[in-house]
Amino acid sequence: MSYYWQYGTLGALTAVGGAFVVIAFLGNRLMRPRKPRVEKATTYECGMDPVGEGWSNTHIRYYLFAFLFVIFDVESVFLFPWAVQLEKLRPQGTVLVEMIVFIGILAIGLLYAWKKKVLEWVK
Amino acid sequence: MILAATGPEIAFWGFAVVAGIAGFFVVGSRNVVHAALYLVGVLGSVGAIYIVLGAEFVGWVQILIYVGAIVVLLLFGIMLTKAPIGGVALDNNQRPVAFIVAATTFGGLTWIIWRTFGGTRIRLSPTRTAQIGNSLFTHFVLPFEAVSVLLLAALVGAIVLARRD
Repeated sequence: MSYYWQYGTLGALTAVGGAFVVIAFLGNRLMRPRKPRVEKATTYECGMDPVGEGWSNTHIRYYLFAFLFVIFDVESVFLFPWAVQLEKLRPQGTVLVEMIVFIGILAIGLLYAWKKKVLEWVK
Repeated sequence: MILAATGPEIAFWGFAVVAGIAGFFVVGSRNVVHAALYLVGVLGSVGAIYIVLGAEFVGWVQILIYVGAIVVLLLFGIMLTKAPIGGVALDNNQRPVAFIVAATTFGGLTWIIWRTFGGTRIRLSPTRTAQIGNSLFTHFVLPFEAVSVLLLAALVGAIVLARRD
């Protein structure tokens, strides 16, 4: 049952943290004076007047960087069970080679991205 | 059954209700960015349900990959479009057909799950990450390596689509 007790602690901590934020903001709201004005309601952008809408059409290179992030995020996920079992499985086989092959195939993708100049931030 | 509910059961129902409500808002909200943020709620609750059911590794992978990376990818995907967000109803006149498809899928899935697992008692025992590593790197090496080829294909495909040179 210790598994659920551990997560119970985590859940209790999350609840206390959430309650702290809610109570702090609620107390702030109850005690502060409230004098809304149009200038106060504008979005803060380093002191400049905001230009245009909140919506902007981004360049596709952001998407490619996010994609690279997803792929190497998945790779790092597989590293965890591998690292846990590396010492145990090492005498009986090719566990090191398996991971090298896995990372090697993904590295080809990174090389391809590099070759196609995806990694360069051209203006 | 409700009276004898244990801690994990209560947690399961709580997260299931949160996931259901957030899922309703994913399809119901008019602002696509809001829908993406509600999707964080759905995926996070599903990850929490995995943890409640003892699949600790899968649960945290769900939170790391889906909440951490896939939603970011989705937001960038949304921001690539020129569509104005909010205000405009993202709707068409195919509601009855959509309802039939959704209801059939839901009913079919419920029926299959009920037929297969109905009445089965699940013994909650956490799976350790070491067990996953053990089976992944001894019995399932080929699927594991196939994942890297799949990821490589997806990356090359995205680069080919995105760049014209």
